[in-house]
Amino acid sequence: MKNWFFTLSLGALMGVAGSAQAVNWWDIGNLKTSPAQTLKESRELFKQQHPDLPFDKYALGAYAFSPELYSQYQEAMQFNPGDLTLSTGKELWEKPFKNGKTYASCYPNGGKGVAAHYPMYDNKTHQVETIATSINACRVANGEEPLKYGSADMIALQTYLTSLSNGMPVAVKVEGPGATKAFQEGKAYYFMKRGQLGFSCASCHMAYDGKYLRDQIISPLQGETAHFPTYRAAWSAVNTLQKRIQGCNKNVGAQPQPLESTDYRNVEYFMAYLSNGIKINVPGYRP
Amino acid sequence: MKKTIQRRQFIGTSLVAGAAVTLAGGALLRSGAALADNVAGWPAKAFDAKALDQAMAASVGKNNVPVSPKVKLTAPTIAENGGAVPVTIEIDSPMTADDYVSTVWLFVDHNPTPLASQFDLTPGLGAAYFQQRIKMAKTDNVRVIAKTSKGEFMASAPREVKVTIGGCGG
Amino acid sequence: MADNIGNPMIRMANSAKKGEMVEVRSLIMNPMTTGLTKDKEGKPIPAHFIQTVSVTFDGAKLLDIDWSTAVSANPYLAFKMRAEKSGTLKMVWKDNQNGVWSAESKLTVS
Repeated sequence: MKNWFFTLSLGALMGVAGSAQAVNWWDIGNLKTSPAQTLKESRELFKQQHPDLPFDKYALGAYAFSPELYSQYQEAMQFNPGDLTLSTGKELWEKPFKNGKTYASCYPNGGKGVAAHYPMYDNKTHQVETIATSINACRVANGEEPLKYGSADMIALQTYLTSLSNGMPVAVKVEGPGATKAFQEGKAYYFMKRGQLGFSCASCHMAYDGKYLRDQIISPLQGETAHFPTYRAAWSAVNTLQKRIQGCNKNVGAQPQPLESTDYRNVEYFMAYLSNGIKINVPGYRP
Repeated sequence: MKKTIQRRQFIGTSLVAGAAVTLAGGALLRSGAALADNVAGWPAKAFDAKALDQAMAASVGKNNVPVSPKVKLTAPTIAENGGAVPVTIEIDSPMTADDYVSTVWLFVDHNPTPLASQFDLTPGLGAAYFQQRIKMAKTDNVRVIAKTSKGEFMASAPREVKVTIGGCGG
Repeated sequence: MADNIGNPMIRMANSAKKGEMVEVRSLIMNPMTTGLTKDKEGKPIPAHFIQTVSVTFDGAKLLDIDWSTAVSANPYLAFKMRAEKSGTLKMVWKDNQNGVWSAESKLTVS
């Protein structure tokens, strides 16, 4: 009897410590680890940190960790102020260019389901292309001036095009040497300590997610990109992931970069790949 | 971009109003500040009051209104963002032509101007129910006062909402 | 081209049975600035906010609301109305800088 109990408890201890090898968050920053392996380790890390949180709940971000905040989110979602931006985006999307064509002609399926696969690495331009850069590529190909990144029109269009993938899981691909290099550069950005406070993105959003920083809960990286563009009460407006990254840079005392810089595209690529499987839901709503 | 019924209407109203303000209030005009033209009938005195008792005196007309369980005010215990605090007001009333809630006032005790909203109801509404999002400068009480068509005044219990500074705002 | 102001929306059921309560949700873009903040150069940002909301049904007054700067940016408003007869709900928002916006929604009552 005693023997059996001893074996069981020893087994249980070993099970906790070592069934899936315990993942350390900082090891995920290893630039030699392949994209697929990085994703695997990231998923294991989050499962380790929050064993009772179902995978699909990561779509809620910080709300997954506070029922009180979640109920305020549900109240706000009764009528998301971001929906007004969405309707503006729809109008802009449907308005033909001077040559008579519309944005829908630039994308497979008229744009439906497309955003789920962005960002994507373009082997012709040798860089990561995002929804925003694809919108400008479409404009230029149809004889129109590109829109300024971060302008109201661009944000509205990004929101509408992304919404055409609502309900679909993020499905970003990293295939081939160019894409892999961009992914690893994005990973390097994510794990690099920066600013006066010397924080990396990972030091909060992988190491400390679900916990409080003053009175706010840190959101987990996993699933982070699925609700962008999002309405943020702090902005009283809808804006994009890269805009938020600029804000996070400033919060740690680091110099932000211009939107759609190489670093920002690469880190968005990295973050989206690690959000694969989480359903897109835009515009989001966040404090 | 065509917006038919949602078009911003500038012309007629603003020229007339603008002229009136210039003539009557020339001395008060400050250069650089946009001319604010209060909408006709907007109770400026009540909305400009800077302390709760003044705001109540200028709007409700009295200061000591009894608390009644009929006046329900729901607000979060801790606000996610002090700039957008959801509040729900619900007042138990038959809302018939003889007995209905005629006016509702919403206050945030220590806001720079405590009166946040004033609602003028008709029995046709069928229910005295409102939901809004309000700004709160800091941890504070929110309260509601209602007046009925019979001249009765009743208040909600004050509801404290904690407003904190976020760690990652920006 | 896209304004960050106006563009009001009403969300409510299109049909209801007589006597039923219908929840009406509305949203409009407006900065709702208080006049108490300054911009990056230190210049005061003037107060710019919706002051009145009027709700009518087939032209008859249902509800009039006066707002202060304490209402959040891009103001949301929900209220309930009793479905009595078919008709059109109309909401008109006016701000302190002569902005006027309106939106309508039809209700069929059986």
